[in-house]
Amino acid sequence: MEFLRPATWAEALAAKADLPEAAPIQGGTDMMVELNFDVHRPAALLDLNRVAELTRWTAEADGRLRIGAGVPYARLIAELGDRLPGLAQAARTVGSPQIRNRGTVGGNLGAASPAGDSHPALLAGDAVIEVESAARGVRMIPADEFYLGVKRNTLLPDELIRAFWMSPASGPQYFSKVGTRNAMVIAVCSFAIALHPGERRVGAAIGSAAPTPRRARAAEEFLAAELDWDAPLEPAVLRRFGELATEAASPIDDVRGTAGYRRHAIGVMARRTLTWAWNDLRAGRTERRAG
Amino acid sequence: MSVAPARAPRDIAAPGGGGVGDSALRPDGVLKVRGEFAYSSDLWIDGMLWGATLRSPHPRAKILSIDTSEALAHPGVWTVLTHEDVPGRKHFGVDHTWDQPVLAFDEVRHQGEPIALVAADHPETARRALEKIRIEYEVLEPLTDARRAAFDPAYPRVQPRGNVARHQPVRVGDVDAARELAEVVVSGEFQVGMQDQAFLGPESGLAIPAEDGGVDLYVATQWMHNDLEQIGPCLGLAEDKIRMTLSGVGGAFGGREDLSMQIHAAMLALRTGKPVKIVYNRYESFFGHVHRHPAQMRYEYGATKDGRIVYADVEIILDGGAYTSSTKNVVGNAASLAVGPYVIPNVRIDAYGVYTNNPPCGAMRGFGAVQACFAFESMMDRLADACGLDPVTVRQVNAAAEGSALATGQIIWAPLPMAEMLQTARELPMPAPADTGDLRDLPGGVSQTTHGEGVRRGVGYGVGLKNICFSEGYDDYSTARVRLEVIGGEPVAMVHTAAAEVGQGLVTLEAQIARTELGVRRVVIQPADNRVGDAGSSSASRQSYMTGGAVMTACQAVREGMAALAAARFGHARDDLSFTGDKVVSESAGVLGTIAELLGDAVIEETREYHHRPTTGMDPVTGRGDSHAQLALCVHRAVVDVDVDLGLVKVVELAAVQDVGRILNRVALEGQIHGGSAQGLGLAVMEEIVVENGRVRNPSFTDYLIPTILDMPPMRLEILENADPRAPYGLRGAGEPSTLSSTPAIVAAIRDATGLALTRVPVRPEHITGSS
Amino acid sequence: MNARITLRVDGRDRPVALDTRTTLLDALRDRLSVTSPKKGCDHGQCGACTVLLDGRRVVSCLILAVACDGSEVVTAQGLVEEGEPHPVQRAFLEEDGFQCGFCTPGQICSAVGMLQEVKAGHPSQVTDDLTGPVTLDDEEIRERLSGNLCRCGAYVNIVAALREETAPSEETSPRAETSPSEEAES
Repeated sequence: MEFLRPATWAEALAAKADLPEAAPIQGGTDMMVELNFDVHRPAALLDLNRVAELTRWTAEADGRLRIGAGVPYARLIAELGDRLPGLAQAARTVGSPQIRNRGTVGGNLGAASPAGDSHPALLAGDAVIEVESAARGVRMIPADEFYLGVKRNTLLPDELIRAFWMSPASGPQYFSKVGTRNAMVIAVCSFAIALHPGERRVGAAIGSAAPTPRRARAAEEFLAAELDWDAPLEPAVLRRFGELATEAASPIDDVRGTAGYRRHAIGVMARRTLTWAWNDLRAGRTERRAG
Repeated sequence: MSVAPARAPRDIAAPGGGGVGDSALRPDGVLKVRGEFAYSSDLWIDGMLWGATLRSPHPRAKILSIDTSEALAHPGVWTVLTHEDVPGRKHFGVDHTWDQPVLAFDEVRHQGEPIALVAADHPETARRALEKIRIEYEVLEPLTDARRAAFDPAYPRVQPRGNVARHQPVRVGDVDAARELAEVVVSGEFQVGMQDQAFLGPESGLAIPAEDGGVDLYVATQWMHNDLEQIGPCLGLAEDKIRMTLSGVGGAFGGREDLSMQIHAAMLALRTGKPVKIVYNRYESFFGHVHRHPAQMRYEYGATKDGRIVYADVEIILDGGAYTSSTKNVVGNAASLAVGPYVIPNVRIDAYGVYTNNPPCGAMRGFGAVQACFAFESMMDRLADACGLDPVTVRQVNAAAEGSALATGQIIWAPLPMAEMLQTARELPMPAPADTGDLRDLPGGVSQTTHGEGVRRGVGYGVGLKNICFSEGYDDYSTARVRLEVIGGEPVAMVHTAAAEVGQGLVTLEAQIARTELGVRRVVIQPADNRVGDAGSSSASRQSYMTGGAVMTACQAVREGMAALAAARFGHARDDLSFTGDKVVSESAGVLGTIAELLGDAVIEETREYHHRPTTGMDPVTGRGDSHAQLALCVHRAVVDVDVDLGLVKVVELAAVQDVGRILNRVALEGQIHGGSAQGLGLAVMEEIVVENGRVRNPSFTDYLIPTILDMPPMRLEILENADPRAPYGLRGAGEPSTLSSTPAIVAAIRDATGLALTRVPVRPEHITGSS
Repeated sequence: MNARITLRVDGRDRPVALDTRTTLLDALRDRLSVTSPKKGCDHGQCGACTVLLDGRRVVSCLILAVACDGSEVVTAQGLVEEGEPHPVQRAFLEEDGFQCGFCTPGQICSAVGMLQEVKAGHPSQVTDDLTGPVTLDDEEIRERLSGNLCRCGAYVNIVAALREETAPSEETSPRAETSPSEEAES
């Protein structure tokens, strides 16, 4: 197996263009599982750890945050937990402390597992994925156009994930994940919500309950239409939101949980997270649960 | 002997002091915390080859042909072996069962059954070569229905001798007549899923061919001499040609009672003339050892209105999978302990162990008593509800005590203060309510599934009664050799046994016993090997009792020798002399001198066997018999918080009251109770090998979940010391009882929180939410 | 395909040629005879292979050795200084924070890494406040050591060992006070 260690982003893109079958690797916490179990035997690995810019994040002029694909979860929590609370909450449920020291959102995006913990928070928070190829330059892909199927994403063979862009939270955000033990557990299912009070809009997304992570669009549209932003949350609205979130799921039965349970749990998490977010908003809570 | 491998086990000096009753430090602990302790997977010798095992992908298939030629031609491959290459007996099996093929021929009976072996100069090469072995199968529909295997004569046979490995009835009084007297009748069907020992150090070891045609084996096992009884005949070697040394054992819990790679590595080493190491990975480990028997249990109790049980009618079916392993003894335990520590005048118990094409099951901590305990404790709670009693009272009303008879008629001869233990458990302080502002305090933890919504607290009790040592007439003796001599001016006791230290702290205890009995400070524990007699298995909570007893008696014999020397030297009567702090002490005249001076160049060495009092078998029709050597009791109180909307459980606290007879080492003892409780917790809420149509669906630590540090709550322990007069120092085995009682206590607490029946463990979230 | 790399393991430079597919764990165990990190699951789910890589705790089974060229690796064996066990190792011994001991080298590396993270000001991953000082109470110890399985169930004593180790917080060991960056430079 060829092992490529580009020192710069340009070198990385060139290497990927030369050898499109090379699998990019950063923290390794997704890719190595497949290598160790021979699920995947790539002809080459493209180690991105030397590309320093991937491990940086910046606040951009338009107010958004641009976060390198190689920023590990532990740093996301510590450095960006105040601005991206939903993503930070998701990050702290990834694997174990050791995994969070290595694993990255870039890796989660590359693997595109429906159970990846960061996806629902990216979707609910309107993340945009910046990918690039030597031949065609940068493509900006909204998160909800990024996932195509089970462990499939829209990346072309010569493209690499460079960063993701997100606006700092403009309102309360929550991430919730069901697992059958209290640490080191793959999501049975998960849910993320982000309130955008300025736009009178709510982002909502589900994880591990469909072939891909996905937005709960009907639930979002329902809230955009029905939610009275200046009043307490109506029980009927809450209930309907839960139902629509559930309907967004198309889960399967597997060893981690049944389809029926997943649907049920998505509904519960949808109602609870909306309630928490709404209570925070109403209380004018500025500090948010970040991690 | 051939050359010893690097990182071979060596003598370990027990540091510090501490006799019986002190919390002495582990002799092997220094090496363990420094990362220098040599586990069987760490063994290394220059020039060694790596072995790998080809396993059946099918739960049931005929083997039509095996073609190894392509694998043999693979560069780096030294040999490829099949059943034709097994030098001696073609079958092995723990407990003299001899029904498991060393390498399968004609037919495979479970997924993962070994078929062929490869030795290569690199583990990756060996794995690649496995892929080149061509096997033609005729795949058959697996037989996986344990109930049909037990009762349906038309069900095809997994084993030619029939599908029932053992049926053990127990009959007391007249259940049908008693049914007429019962004012309250409760019944239930209960299920226990297949649990895995999941020891962290996977099966591994090293075989080194010796010049005499024999083999030196460095392995991690629970019972070296029983391994040897199987390895010898299968290799066609006399036992003295096989030298076994215990390597570091990374946990056992029953999963190392059966052989795994021992014969395979030896076959490869003998064929190639090279040392061969085999290490399973986690996936292979799930197929490399037996598991806890899944159980289907039907219970019916009749009682008077005041909660006194008048009859029990019980049927237990244990799925042993494809081969016998320990199934027969597991059935014996399940039958004899089917109603636990309760006095019931009329009993009808039928326990069955059956063959199917499911993964083979055998020993795991608790051994047949775990499954029954979940059922009978669930029944006690049902009875409490039916009679309007609280769960503690209904247990106290029916509790056995010293002098009571078990279902088998065996009279409990030692203190069994069960009613008092329950009272103690009930009166322990309760943990504080959950802090809903702190995610860490809530079900789901930082995964943030609740901020307090849907969370209900529940409290439950469980009582476990476990037989200690082997039962049913088995003489599971142990042997110890103790040598006392002066080294570097100080008396040193060398303790040599074949007993397996698997983490339970046996070597700590051996050193403590030697210090107490011999009055010396320095003790050296020699590696366990087969140059000393049989020590029996590190299972059935028996090693403190049996090997502890053997070390005690060997030390006492050495002390007699010392006393004879001292009596002659100092002119005192022997009964006036004692030995303490490396000194010879006279009761009448004080310190007479040092042990070192007394011994001079003399070496005193004694070997002793220790036997527990004999037990009897169970009558094949009535189950009657004094079948158990010792009984030990643990009472658990579990407090849980359940998110009833999501079905997530947080065990808030486990409190345990256990009678250990005598505390020999409090810290180590508490560790055993913690560990047993943790494994019971795992069975209660998360651990199960999911088998579908004979295939394991979750053979990894991603999907077979064992408790993390976040799942294990704080524990409150009350340890009682009511001595068993028959046991060394009055002790009771302590490793298993807590494994029994924590599972039903936790499930009872979940029932208390939810009001649900919950008849199956592990309890899964969908069982609580009712959404399937 | 082979690569030549040098790892600095437990204070010694260890050049090694290896297949690029080799994990850091296999390189340590099978090529460099450093067997204190253990292989328990092959995929980052047990923590027995935890080492400190350039001062941070990682699971060495999920890292390719070639990606660590030039890096500093500290295993449990390397925490022993001049023959003296690290205070965390001593605490595990004295509190009986293990039974079979297979997970212990990983537990200890994880605990040392955790203490360094606390010293370096890594916020709690659980509480609302991301800026305040971290109190290493029992629950926080559990949370931060949740990446290491112990099948013997010695968790209660592991928490006790870390509680002992962290109780006099001003007087934690010199090594525990070393920040990750200092560790990398040393």
